[in-house]
Amino acid sequence: MTAAITAADPMVPRVARVLRRRRNGPQVFTLDVEPEDPAPAFAPGQFSMLTAFGVGEAPISASGDPAEPGRLVYTIRAVGPVSSALTRLGPGDLLGLRGPFGMGWPMVEAPGRDVVIVAGGLGLAPLRPALYRLLAERARYGKIVLLYGARGPADILFRNEIESWRRRLDIDIAVTVDHAPPDWRGHVGVVTRLIARADFDPLHAVALVCGPEVMMRFAIAGLGEAGLADDAIYLSMERNMKCAVVFCGHCQFGTVFVCRDGPVFRYDRVRSLLAVKEI
Amino acid sequence: MEGLERIVKEHPFFAGMQNAFCDLVCGCARNVRFEAGQYLFHEGEPADWFYLLRHGRVALQVAVPGRGAVTFQTMAEGEIVGLSWLIPPYRWTYDAKAIGLTRAIAMDAKCLREKCEADHDLGYEMMKRFMPVLIQRLQATRLQILDVYGTPA
Repeated sequence: MTAAITAADPMVPRVARVLRRRRNGPQVFTLDVEPEDPAPAFAPGQFSMLTAFGVGEAPISASGDPAEPGRLVYTIRAVGPVSSALTRLGPGDLLGLRGPFGMGWPMVEAPGRDVVIVAGGLGLAPLRPALYRLLAERARYGKIVLLYGARGPADILFRNEIESWRRRLDIDIAVTVDHAPPDWRGHVGVVTRLIARADFDPLHAVALVCGPEVMMRFAIAGLGEAGLADDAIYLSMERNMKCAVVFCGHCQFGTVFVCRDGPVFRYDRVRSLLAVKEI
Repeated sequence: MEGLERIVKEHPFFAGMQNAFCDLVCGCARNVRFEAGQYLFHEGEPADWFYLLRHGRVALQVAVPGRGAVTFQTMAEGEIVGLSWLIPPYRWTYDAKAIGLTRAIAMDAKCLREKCEADHDLGYEMMKRFMPVLIQRLQATRLQILDVYGTPA
């Protein structure tokens, strides 16, 4: 006998409608979507499974403001059939939505401490909800430092927002690019070089790191050299998430499941796994 | 000279250095400033000086045919510009250009090399301070050439 699929079935997506589509860079788009049911609350760092109907499903981190009701925001790079189909959706188009899933950034542990955010490339998207929360509750934190690296100036995400955050004067922001055209007047070099230049108290700080895994490994080394303990560093891992609810095991990472125990992990808990090439 | 000594000792690169070594090093130092667009040095020239940045930013560039001057790294306050003075043939392998007004301590490389040769304790101290800079630059270059933000295949 086949079990009846109910609305509570975690594998059944709710239907959502695209409200807005913005281009953020080469092959990168941000969709604002509104579920037909009330939008579920999400914690900064959590992800959802988005369905491009007739194509497939992909895990995408929320990139919007967790305090903004009614809509969910996702920033997507078109790299495969599903993400490409999602980025082609426009206002009024429908998509499927499951989640949010997983463990987010340590917003409970961070108050009272300096917060150092190290983002690389599209890794700024899963960190943006944390930045919204930090800035909304600014008085609860020490220094807030955002170190962001992109491939080139055209790849810098959320440029207008970064500029508006800079104008606040209560957050230190440094942006660098790996490759610069002649008219670029900002920093050139990898994001990890910004860590040594940043002003924060390593004994009373927490670091949130998101980007390509190689970049995160270098960033962790840089944060360690700056004096941060391993248990003060959090990173968002990307693995092959399929079901998002620990049914399938595709995202198993050693003894943990990225969909349930992550995607955000405290570094000391996954340190040994990061060194294993086979996983 | 007293002011220069204080500035040299306060630079992160020389932080914690013994006074005796600092005095030797300061004998090779002088204060310099560069206006925006001015070059600290050019590729191919003798590496007779290196620079401890105190203020401003410097672009390290290589001229690429058809693309002009390509900046591959920028250096900021507290950092060192110029490593080729350490290793023969002591010639710059890139251009260094001030992006904005830049203040620095210029170290006479020939003077420092001679002092390091005469006093191997000083030489070892300088090597211990330069090696981490070299390693960090090498690691950063590794990450940069991996082009990790490139669109996955």
